[in-house]
Amino acid sequence: MYVVVAGGGKVGANVARSLLRLGHEVTLIEQQRDRFDRLEEEFEHQVQRGDATELHVLERAGLARPPDLVLALTGDDEDNLVIAQIAKEKYGVEKVIARVNDPRNQAHFDLLGIAPTVCATSSIMALVEHEVPEHDLIHLLELRQENLEIVEVQIDRDSPSAGKRIEALDLPDGARLISVMRAGHAEIAVGATQLEAGDQVLAILEPGKEDELRRVLLRR
Amino acid sequence: MKALIIGCGRVGSSIALQLQREGWDVTVVDENEDALSRLGEHWPGSFLVGHGMDVDLLREAGIEEADAVVAATDGDNTNVVIGQVAQKRFDIGCVVVRVLDPARADFYTERGLRTVCPTKTAIDTLTDAVRSCEIPKEKIRA
Repeated sequence: MYVVVAGGGKVGANVARSLLRLGHEVTLIEQQRDRFDRLEEEFEHQVQRGDATELHVLERAGLARPPDLVLALTGDDEDNLVIAQIAKEKYGVEKVIARVNDPRNQAHFDLLGIAPTVCATSSIMALVEHEVPEHDLIHLLELRQENLEIVEVQIDRDSPSAGKRIEALDLPDGARLISVMRAGHAEIAVGATQLEAGDQVLAILEPGKEDELRRVLLRR
Repeated sequence: MKALIIGCGRVGSSIALQLQREGWDVTVVDENEDALSRLGEHWPGSFLVGHGMDVDLLREAGIEEADAVVAATDGDNTNVVIGQVAQKRFDIGCVVVRVLDPARADFYTERGLRTVCPTKTAIDTLTDAVRSCEIPKEKIRA
């Protein structure tokens, strides 16, 4: 298949190398002069110099064919977002994979419909949570048929949600707060409920929304 | 009326000052603290230091109550991302985005973003300026 890789840093260059080894046709795009010179020694005509968010650079790399796959792997999330949007929406590339450098930008990729994405920080944290028993978000109940689950989250002093009303929280789609337990007394969570440090909050959500919920409630 | 200006370079700071003089309640965001000096010694509006793609910062800057958002950083891609976040996530009706690259400006205009491309304006103005020059008649080809 034909693959265009935008960004020739460690990630992009290694991905391009691996794809070539697997026998695929690859064009790598790198903007920085010194990095490009080094890459050119190895990749020769398979690397092009330019800003991969410029349409003429993308067209020179064959975006109009279009490629079977475009990988937006630069070190800048805004660039990766724009590359992915242009590839999908202007050139009709069917498969685009984008790298998220700063996990806080994940929401922007989701908002603009860029998927799948890969974020090293998130992957590492997922592994850490798998290895270390987590206390911040406990799975209480899985409703398999409904494809929903109920979790408990403990709000602490450093949580960004502490002191905020629930209606002011930017909860992910597919997640709702059910109840708030404070000083041994539980109340149904409504928009006007204000969260405080020490609250135990029950939430119902679609599986896979845990990280987004954590981000909103706990910033973890 | 509340306006949020992202990017306090020559362009962003001038827009901020202009709107402020016209009675807008203006908040400016820039990554660089020194950019505040562009707003003069007695800037009456708000000024926050941080990146315009940081949603927490945008909230702190009052994006949820903003009537207009202007993305005027020196990065085209940063501006179009901020513009789309303002439009799609925060439902801001008036979002204006500075995009220097005419090709990207066209792409995002087609996608419903209100882009302003100073490069295109310069091209048109300069071309018109040349057209309006008085060229001696004998040099004009028939």
